[in-house]
Amino acid sequence: MIEFFLGHQLYWVVSLLIVVGLYGMLVKKNLLKKVLGLNIFQSGIILFFVASASKRNATVPIVEATTKIIDSSQYINPLPHTLMLTAIVVSVSVTGVALALLIKIYQKYKTLDEELLLKQMQ
Amino acid sequence: MIQAHLPLLIPLTLLFFALLIPLFGTKVPRSAYFLALSGSFLAFLISLYGLGRVATDGAISYNMGGWAPPIGIEFILDPLSSFMMLIVTGISFLVIIYGYRVVPEEHPQTQVSYFSIVMLMLTGFSGIVLTGDLFNLYVFLEIASLASYAIVALGDKRSLVASFRYLMLGSLGSAFYLLGIGFIYFMGGSLNMKDVSQILPFISGEPAVIAGLIFVVTGIALKMALFPLHFWLPDAYSSASSVSVALLAPLGTKIGAYILIRFLYFIFEPEYVTTTVPITSIISWLSVAGIIYGSIMAIAQDDLKRMLAYSSVAQVGYIGLGVGLATPLALTGALLHIMNHSLMKAALFLVAGNLQIRIGHSNIQKFNQKLRHTMPWSMAAFSLGALSMIGIPPTAGFFSKWYLIVSAVGESQWFFVFVILLSSLLNAVYFFRVIEKVYLSPSKESLTDLPEEEEENKYAQNEVSFSMLTPTLILSACLLVIGILNYFIVNNLIDLMIPSNF
Repeated sequence: MIEFFLGHQLYWVVSLLIVVGLYGMLVKKNLLKKVLGLNIFQSGIILFFVASASKRNATVPIVEATTKIIDSSQYINPLPHTLMLTAIVVSVSVTGVALALLIKIYQKYKTLDEELLLKQMQ
Repeated sequence: MIQAHLPLLIPLTLLFFALLIPLFGTKVPRSAYFLALSGSFLAFLISLYGLGRVATDGAISYNMGGWAPPIGIEFILDPLSSFMMLIVTGISFLVIIYGYRVVPEEHPQTQVSYFSIVMLMLTGFSGIVLTGDLFNLYVFLEIASLASYAIVALGDKRSLVASFRYLMLGSLGSAFYLLGIGFIYFMGGSLNMKDVSQILPFISGEPAVIAGLIFVVTGIALKMALFPLHFWLPDAYSSASSVSVALLAPLGTKIGAYILIRFLYFIFEPEYVTTTVPITSIISWLSVAGIIYGSIMAIAQDDLKRMLAYSSVAQVGYIGLGVGLATPLALTGALLHIMNHSLMKAALFLVAGNLQIRIGHSNIQKFNQKLRHTMPWSMAAFSLGALSMIGIPPTAGFFSKWYLIVSAVGESQWFFVFVILLSSLLNAVYFFRVIEKVYLSPSKESLTDLPEEEEENKYAQNEVSFSMLTPTLILSACLLVIGILNYFIVNNLIDLMIPSNF
């Protein structure tokens, strides 16, 4: 049981982040906090990719000309990291659009509280 | 020569015009419309040509940057993707024609950026359809989604909040998808769809793969508004402007359905998703619940656009049911319904837009018999769309339901047969509410004093202009033509799309 918890600290952190993010998105009433929740959720996923690709005693995958035998256990798979660069760009643009919408909503209704908004819209 | 580049040409054309529009539009705002029109027409022609080539010569694959598939990104034009591409570009071309008068009227300040965003959204859709790489699909999914949040936000007074909700749930869907492909990637070590489908049989027992599959399906279900993950849809669709909704409602959810079909039957194997991890039966039960829920909610709506939005929830259920039954016949039904429903919904939402322009509202309670005199063609298009929605034989809607029912009978799923028949009745109830108001209410003489007469006078009481009427009529005529040509389409096109390992 203890090994189950200790062997996978990383995944516990990632799941915690995802759950916190989901909680923020679905439960919080303030729209800005929902956006923050979305960001935390996406960070959880980014960390999941980056951390899962990491390896002990391994280095960046740059092969020197002198190396004769390439041992794959010495190198880290770089693909997940590059994927996450794209995912970060995507998450930044989603946040940008969300914040732009929030500015518009605030200008129109003077509030970001979901319940007050719903009242005003009726 | 051009044939090898076909898969890339479609998204590239759309992207090129998306960037060209702001370039010319800032000087001459009116040019935005014509650029969008020519861009989507060009993409439509390329898709048509691509479909012809694929039907005779087989799938065309394009390697991005010359890198061979497992390492590089691959774009594939196979029967399924070229069929989807033709639907996307064909419908978007017709809807953009419709925008000639409507877009400057509904978005006076923003028509240039509006058309540019529409083209970006279509770029995203075409990328999703054509890409052969799981992560690339995620990127295109986000491009399409971001553009659709923006065009939903440019709607009526409730649209900002609706768009925000759509953004939250849409991003949640994409995030789940990304998490799912993360699981599959770390187990299989590849992101290329063909490669993954070859690796999966060796690792299919791993819990991580099953978890990945479940995350991906949840994410896509959010995107395609499969019950009970549909709650963003009615608000987003009913508050978007008429061109936006005529683009989003037919295409947005269908793209989700397309990803689902790709994932379950082309990347995973039909046998795996039906027996090892019975995710298809969950999908079909949820779809059935969605069909009933959507139809009943549609009956309860007073606003035509909202009613059509809820009916979309029900219609996505049909597609989900076809996917979930997992027989070649059911998949034929699902694919046929993707096409038919796109055409029906586009036609119906365009009529709702016509009404919005001409009588200033789309409240069903206020419809009256005057409409059948003032807007005969729009109402005829509406009736044809409604008949197809209900599933009256010569129209296209009948045939997709027919395939679904036949395959449900073949699987002895009597409850599903019952639900399809019941929902046809419910469809009839909510569409005949409108048809009754327009065609069956008493004629002019007995309705001398209408209270709304005065406020309606500020709107022109006649048929909409040529640019709006033509696409509406073409779309509804397509319903009849496709209904009649249905046998030909299924035999020559859809049979090619059914994966061989069924």
